Amino acid sequence: MKEVIHTPVKALEEEEYHINMGPQHPSTHGVLRLVVSLQGEIVKSLKPHCGYIHRGIEKMCEKDTYPQIIHLTDRMDYLSAHINNHGVCLLVEDALQIEVPERVKYIRTIIDELTRIQSHQLWWACFGMDLGGLTCFFYGLRDREKILDIFEESCGSRLLHSYYTPGGLMWDIHPNFQKSVKDFIKYFRKKIKDYDRLLSGNIIFMERTKNVGHLSKEDAISYGITGPSGRASGFSCDIRKHHPYGVYDKADFREILFTEGDTYHRYIARMDEMHESMKIIEQLIDNIPAGDFSAKMKAVIKLPAGEYYQRVETARGEMGIYCISDGNKTPYRIKFRSPNFSNLGVLDHLSRGFKIADLVAIGASLDFVIPDIDR
Amino acid sequence: MDQDKLKERITALVPEAEFEENKQFLTAFIPAGKLHTAAQNLKEAEDTAFDYLFCQTGVDMTKYLMVVYHLNSTKHGHSVVLKVKADDRVNPAIDTVCDIWRTAEFLEREIYDLLGIHFNNHPDMRRIFLDENWKGHPLRKDYKDEVNIVEL
Amino acid sequence: MKEADFLDNATLETFKHTGGNVLLTTIDDVIDWGRSNSVWPLTFATSCCGIEMMAAGASRHDFARFGIEVYRASPRQSDLIVVAGTIVNKMAPVLKRLYDQMSEPKYVIAMGACAVSGGPFYYNCYHVVRGVDHVIPVDVYIPGCPPRPEALLYGVMQLQRKIKLATIADVKRIQK
Ligand code: SF4
Repeated sequence: MKEVIHTPVKALEEEEYHINMGPQHPSTHGVLRLVVSLQGEIVKSLKPHCGYIHRGIEKMCEKDTYPQIIHLTDRMDYLSAHINNHGVCLLVEDALQIEVPERVKYIRTIIDELTRIQSHQLWWACFGMDLGGLTCFFYGLRDREKILDIFEESCGSRLLHSYYTPGGLMWDIHPNFQKSVKDFIKYFRKKIKDYDRLLSGNIIFMERTKNVGHLSKEDAISYGITGPSGRASGFSCDIRKHHPYGVYDKADFREILFTEGDTYHRYIARMDEMHESMKIIEQLIDNIPAGDFSAKMKAVIKLPAGEYYQRVETARGEMGIYCISDGNKTPYRIKFRSPNFSNLGVLDHLSRGFKIADLVAIGASLDFVIPDIDR
Repeated sequence: MDQDKLKERITALVPEAEFEENKQFLTAFIPAGKLHTAAQNLKEAEDTAFDYLFCQTGVDMTKYLMVVYHLNSTKHGHSVVLKVKADDRVNPAIDTVCDIWRTAEFLEREIYDLLGIHFNNHPDMRRIFLDENWKGHPLRKDYKDEVNIVEL
Repeated sequence: MKEADFLDNATLETFKHTGGNVLLTTIDDVIDWGRSNSVWPLTFATSCCGIEMMAAGASRHDFARFGIEVYRASPRQSDLIVVAGTIVNKMAPVLKRLYDQMSEPKYVIAMGACAVSGGPFYYNCYHVVRGVDHVIPVDVYIPGCPPRPEALLYGVMQLQRKIKLATIADVKRIQK
């Protein structure tokens, strides 16, 4: 009998070799390039290469007025477009000490939460797809369209709205707004059970995500991992709780905290967040006070010279805007602290020692939006 | 800790520190040479425990370059802003803090890429966004690029 | 859009080669019918427009109805590249290589203002390619920021009309 030759397999196990994931790869969610060193199937180390969608937004902002900057922030984290807009609006309003009408605060908070839900729906759809469940993709996007309809009715577009302006809103909400939101909540409460049935309790899914990519609380803080990913590790970082803006202080909601910090709990944290968001919306939707949809603003907005820092909680974590103004109508320097950029830094740490298929699951659980990394 | 106590604490640590008044956060200018030890101390000491670097920004102030560190303590909830100047515009260099806060590794690479500030002892000091052979650092105020930039 | 409106802008068809023999035109018709109704796009999305492209492929808009079917992850299996999003200087060589790897016949749709002309990033921006037509040839331009999924559907239908004009007599010319 001929002996089976094992050498090629052995060579694979001993030698380290590099593969390139991206920039065009369906599971990196955009144009991220990961250079992965593998030994066999095990990830030894990983180097992210970004910049394939670096558009230089910070440089452009130095030549733009504040209302113009709002349109650029849309295009960074396009799945949290409203929330990014909210950040810039709050920055300007705080600097000029403008009191925005109560109605605006309510509407902004509700729309922010709707944004969070639609972002998580898309994330859920892609997470399922990355792990091989194409059904999730269709279910997630089906429900997301309902929210986009609400946006379209009131804001006039589907994805990038620029609906908030410094001092208020572009125009008032559609008369149907309250009804459609309530309808949606009723609809989605039913549908989210499907999500759990399809994925959360699925044994294959659990096998692939539990105890994969563990992140401790200390590491989460040191790497600056915010948002649901950080909270799954026990890092209490919800800006809505710690530095409330809008009317989050009037709403009763829970900050989702876990201690396990593995891929599965990052998943559960986002699922629970959708429930919390619906809770917030339900509390606010009937209490939108009457009034103006915008405060009086000067035609040309100039921030007094100084430094300003404003943070908001996007669907992916803490987004900070650091602005240095020299008193002109354009900022001297503006820096966006994007949650995804920090989250990317931890990918190497998380995926070491796991199989390359787990890398896909870990990457999906961190929920990257690449233009927000590169800006 | 409130702002006054923090101020005393930082003055004790770095006597040369200069403070800026009327800011959102307590803001201190730290000499570049003292940055690393001060940062290490601020993170490790029980009473300050600044364990979360939530923003690190490079700024071109035309006369000098500056790096701004926004620090927060998740334990005590207080924040401080440290600023470090790099006077030399040709070869600016500052010590890295990425061994203290891991998030700084990427943030410093970004600052190096866009502003050209070199961070000493950084494990992987390369450009992060632009190509290796890109000329210049776009976020500098005197950056000129006739080929790529269409001025409005 | 009503069908009458669609038929109304029928200028494209006037470019169709006339002449040729019966055999050639019949074969052409069959091949073009097949090609235009089984367009396989490449999963290629760089930014915001990519989300609208996903939405066009998913439940509500479902562009499989028009024969633009499965997304392929490899350029070697796809006929169409929908450039959905901004192309920056660092990405341009990659896009060119992807395009080169696709097999003939291949088509390009430039989706969104960024891919058409640089869009919102035209001015004061140091790293954006102002229009993908600087890098690869484009068949159909879809303006908008982002274009709605319906706009993408319309663009795809225009592309299908364009594919229907091709004749195998041209193949040699294309391959040169
Ligand atoms: S055209 Fe608009 S939506 Fe499309 S990629 Fe460019 S900025 Fe994004």
